[in-house]
Amino acid sequence: MTMPLMKPKRKNPVRRTPQMNLPPWGRSRVALGLTVAGAEGRFELQVCDDCAAVQYPPREACCACLSPHLKWRAQSGTGCLLATTVLHHSNDLFFRERLPWRLGLVQLNAGPTLMAHLHGDVASAGQRIKVGARLDRAGRAVVIAYPDPETPNMADDTMLREMTSDPKFRKVLVTDAMTGVGQALVRALVAAGADIVWAGHAEPWKRHGSGLHDITALPQVSLVPLDLTNGRSVTALAGEIGGKVEIVINNAEVHRTFGIGARRGLDVAKAEMDINYFGLLRLAQEFGPALQGRAADGATHATAWVNLLSIYALANFPPHGTFSASKAAAHSLAQCQRAELRASGIRVINVFPGPIDDEWNQNMPPPKLSPEALASSIVKALRDGVEDLYPGDVAQEWLERWRDNPKVLERELAAGG
Amino acid sequence: MRQTAGTQTMTPTQLLAALAGALNSGGIRVVDLTQTLTPEFPQIALPPEMGQCWPFRIEEVSRYDERGPGWYWNNFSCGEHTGTHFDAPIHWISGRHLPNNAVDTIPVQHFVAAASVIDCHVQALADPDYLMSVADIEAFEAAHGRIAAGSWVLMRTDWSKRHDPEAYQNFDETGQHTPGPSSEAVQFLVRERDVLGFGSEAIGTDAGQGYHLRPPYPCHYFMHGAGRYGLQCLSNLDQLPATGALLICPPLKIQQGSGSPLRVLALVAG
Repeated sequence: MTMPLMKPKRKNPVRRTPQMNLPPWGRSRVALGLTVAGAEGRFELQVCDDCAAVQYPPREACCACLSPHLKWRAQSGTGCLLATTVLHHSNDLFFRERLPWRLGLVQLNAGPTLMAHLHGDVASAGQRIKVGARLDRAGRAVVIAYPDPETPNMADDTMLREMTSDPKFRKVLVTDAMTGVGQALVRALVAAGADIVWAGHAEPWKRHGSGLHDITALPQVSLVPLDLTNGRSVTALAGEIGGKVEIVINNAEVHRTFGIGARRGLDVAKAEMDINYFGLLRLAQEFGPALQGRAADGATHATAWVNLLSIYALANFPPHGTFSASKAAAHSLAQCQRAELRASGIRVINVFPGPIDDEWNQNMPPPKLSPEALASSIVKALRDGVEDLYPGDVAQEWLERWRDNPKVLERELAAGG
Repeated sequence: MRQTAGTQTMTPTQLLAALAGALNSGGIRVVDLTQTLTPEFPQIALPPEMGQCWPFRIEEVSRYDERGPGWYWNNFSCGEHTGTHFDAPIHWISGRHLPNNAVDTIPVQHFVAAASVIDCHVQALADPDYLMSVADIEAFEAAHGRIAAGSWVLMRTDWSKRHDPEAYQNFDETGQHTPGPSSEAVQFLVRERDVLGFGSEAIGTDAGQGYHLRPPYPCHYFMHGAGRYGLQCLSNLDQLPATGALLICPPLKIQQGSGSPLRVLALVAG
């Protein structure tokens, strides 16, 4: 049985901080299909359109009938553990530093046999297990065998924590706590066992009626001045807490509801870009290096960066046109950030919600995503090691339509959604 | 034209030379009435759906580094009404059709003028919403003489001593609470005293609750409607005499500018 993670001892500040060595990340183009699904928390394998054979490892042609028509399909992952082994030696630096490491051979009920990393609660051959895909520290999907049914404290497994970004005992920065989403995030992180939650707030004179006061009563919460439009403010905060932050959640955003014609001038569009795009850039330049330097620093190493984007980052919603454009810019930058931080083992989690139930979506009809639901989905994504999160029904529907045909969605959105 | 100074009669040239000498010797001191432009200094707050004045922001271009090995410089951005700044008549709808109503066309003679300082700091300490009244002006004149036409009237509140931005803005559930002039006082200064403009230490020339006065924001409405000017976010007014200070306050020459951040200096007897 997994022992619950105890709060790690305080770091000896004069000892060298170990640096990250990534696990092997080379994958073929076709094998990245496992990563694509794993990024959203799904376990998918290729299934032959012609003979329905389930494939593993990923390939170009069906292992049974040689058909090239293989489609990635969600799998239940149920199966049986055939054999286990314990790695006591490895020339790969990542595994070498984490030995011993357990591996097992799994027979899926769907057919294929595959190698999996073993959760600590998966005991011996013959046991019923359930496999899933998780992104490893290099951002590539690996297969993990979990106990089936689930066991207590499953998330605290040492191997699994390498694949996830659980906020438990971690120190988290939420960049804007003046909003309902920011406050819901702070509460959800405290409930998830975060050690410290730094709650950023710009323009402190506007705090009256913002609800900021309510979260300061939580002992884990510490208010910090942070204005993403002000490079000096970002630099100052990074200097103070950058070396301790283990998760950054950038939820600061400006959202106005204009297209091109409905608002004269550029002031609103610039304000959106200044926070939504340049704000991320300022924050990433200042906090990114600090996170990268602590990516292998003990049980609560620096682990993740969360960007609150928007489903409108994928396709422009003309009534919120300039906001959509700013989120598309932020999405593009977040892809750059992901590539850069991945080299150090820091995960970038991009969140694409539909309309949030806040004052700037006052005129949007339901369904709208409540700040609380958004916050809990972000905490869940951290725990589950998800990289792309589309929380809520609207986001899911848009994602589906966008994947089906972006051009059709463009026309539908132009007609009002 | 000849000017008199004390018992001597001086030509303007002699007067300027004497001024330069007094400045050099410290017989006349220069007091800086300007807040430092920093990103932390608060900007005026409007409802978020309205257009906003940019706060002061600054970004390094290079600092003796790979971006410019031998030099240090910055880019900055701000609105016309950021930090210690000047309000031109064109700023307000009441002054929009006046001639020479923008910072680039205002007669430069107006940028150097005498100032009276009406001390309201005790009242503002007791009541952040304090409105300077006609009675305050009359009491000032009883003590210091009549306010000269074409001079500035500055309202001293010591508000600039609130160095914490939150205390300086002074918001609560009902909005901002900062001192300013009453509607009647502004009309008195414009119509009965023909002043050049009005200056304050708070973030606007009007009180924080000036929206609720009649008309809303009377200092902006009447001063600018009559072609007069505004100065706000002033500091060090406690270092000025009640009368006798000479203000130097030229705004940037922005084409059709409604105002501008500026350095405000006061010449005072040493």
